Amino acid sequence: MSMRSVLRDSATAPVPTASAAGTSPRPAAIGIDVEDLDIYYGDVHAVRGVTLAIPAQSVTAVIGPSGCGKSTFLRSLNRMHEVARGARVEGTVRVDGRDLYAPGVDPVLVRREIGMVFQRPNPFPTMSIRDNVLAGVRLNGGRLKKDEAEAIVERSLRGANLWDEVKDRLNRPGAGLSGGQQQRLCIARAIAVEPQVLLMDEPCSALDPISTSAIEDLIGQLKDSYTIVIVTHNMQQAARVSDETAFFNLAGVGEPGQLVESGPTTKIFSNPDNPSTEAYITGRFG
Amino acid sequence: MTDTSTPPPPTENAGSAPSKGRVGDRVFLGLSRGAALTILVILAGVAIFLTAEGIPGITASPDEVKSGKTFLAFVLPLVFGTLWSATLALLIAVPLAVAVALFVTYYVPRRFGQTLGYVIDLLAAVPSVVFGLWGMRVLAGQLVGPYEWLEANLGFLPFFGGPASATGRTILTAAIVLAVMILPIVTAIAREVFRQTPVLLQEAALALGATRWEMIRTVVLPHGRSGMIGGAMLGLGRALGETMAVAMVLSASGVITFNLISSTNPSTIPANIALQFNEASGLTVNALIASGLVLFLITFAVNFGARAVVNRRKEFSGADA
Repeated sequence: MSMRSVLRDSATAPVPTASAAGTSPRPAAIGIDVEDLDIYYGDVHAVRGVTLAIPAQSVTAVIGPSGCGKSTFLRSLNRMHEVARGARVEGTVRVDGRDLYAPGVDPVLVRREIGMVFQRPNPFPTMSIRDNVLAGVRLNGGRLKKDEAEAIVERSLRGANLWDEVKDRLNRPGAGLSGGQQQRLCIARAIAVEPQVLLMDEPCSALDPISTSAIEDLIGQLKDSYTIVIVTHNMQQAARVSDETAFFNLAGVGEPGQLVESGPTTKIFSNPDNPSTEAYITGRFG
Repeated sequence: MTDTSTPPPPTENAGSAPSKGRVGDRVFLGLSRGAALTILVILAGVAIFLTAEGIPGITASPDEVKSGKTFLAFVLPLVFGTLWSATLALLIAVPLAVAVALFVTYYVPRRFGQTLGYVIDLLAAVPSVVFGLWGMRVLAGQLVGPYEWLEANLGFLPFFGGPASATGRTILTAAIVLAVMILPIVTAIAREVFRQTPVLLQEAALALGATRWEMIRTVVLPHGRSGMIGGAMLGLGRALGETMAVAMVLSASGVITFNLISSTNPSTIPANIALQFNEASGLTVNALIASGLVLFLITFAVNFGARAVVNRRKEFSGADA
């Protein structure tokens, strides 16, 4: 059974597209259900015992000091951490009830369903803006008719709030755009394949404040259609964009990272249960 | 060019006595400028020598040289043989080198890949005379059978028209030997450019759900394109100029033919010079030098062509990404 059907067969409503954002709400199912997840790189125990429910069609921020395993955790949600040699996990990650780590599940197919945006914008430099947007679609489905391709390009670029800026130069290289535009191009590339989940690994840390603000606005729109998990170092950003917040911290020096607490962003930022969460958020460490 | 005018110091040093750093800068500037000029001088010297000595050979009448032909009739089969054998060698070596480089970089454990890389580099250390001996004594004999098979089964193609050589010392054998000789340099360069593909881009492809091969196709190969062309051109340069191996392997008779397996083969410029030079005298020597000038110009043209190819889609090359 392909991952596509694995992830889609429980969704009864058609997957809303970015242009139809907000008009066809999906059933409020649990987006991602992480249970007792341990992540290892070879002998190194990177993340320990994470249990976290990530709600669908909302933004979940993952915060915490450097080296606490937030990025590793994020990458384990679409099995991108397996790019590193010796990486393995114990525990389960369920997307719409199906385990990504069940035997026989192909990580390649997982990644086609769960999009990712990286810290530094990484459009393919050898491709035009149009081909960048279509890159994932072509990997997934092969050949496209010209008008289909044009429709996907426009819908994805509109979804990423980039269409008006680039519609006259779709054949120009993506590398010629500004950093913020490149990052929105990467988001367009990720949503072109209509994933269910969008993972963002510090998507604004290489951008200036204006571009950051554009991306944050975009995240606010995208959550109507996608389940979004964002790793950020920027506490204000987490407070601005997210509905839920998960705070990660090292258990101690040389110890693996772990989830300290999670909950609605308003609660985590105003009245956290754990004193170390409060210390981090108020800037007393990290 | 006058070296007495030093450029004004760019920073707060202005007005103060020359510091130690500035002396170092000047020495370095002088050394690097000298090195660059030396190359130009050597190149100009070679070009002047070839032209001055070659022109009498070009203008010589047919009965004054050993070949008994006009220069054009003498040099054309050699030019053809040189380009033909080098092209064949590239056609064999480049796909193999790219495949090996990809395998070593992306498909085997790092340790094993490095070891394999060293072994391939060792190939470059084998002297061309040894390759020549191997091609002449071993490979040619082994290929007689395959050539006969090609003649019997694919003889309708002009490349395999036959009659198949009884010794196996054909232009295809020479091209195979050349391919083995240029394989290390092409592989080494391909390996280097593949290794430098930014991890960020590889991850971008993988995160879109690319398999490893799709990742290589969308990211690694386009990124390494100009590097691969550069490596192929270095290999081509070596194949064009290779003397000993071709001279030893090829049984040449100065014809122009696309037949790969017959016993009548075009020779190449360098092999021909090496074989003829000892017995040549008078204007025959000038004719040989003139053929060297032609090779010089071909190599130049090939290099400019390669550069043009590399530059054509520069903004898409990803060199600055």
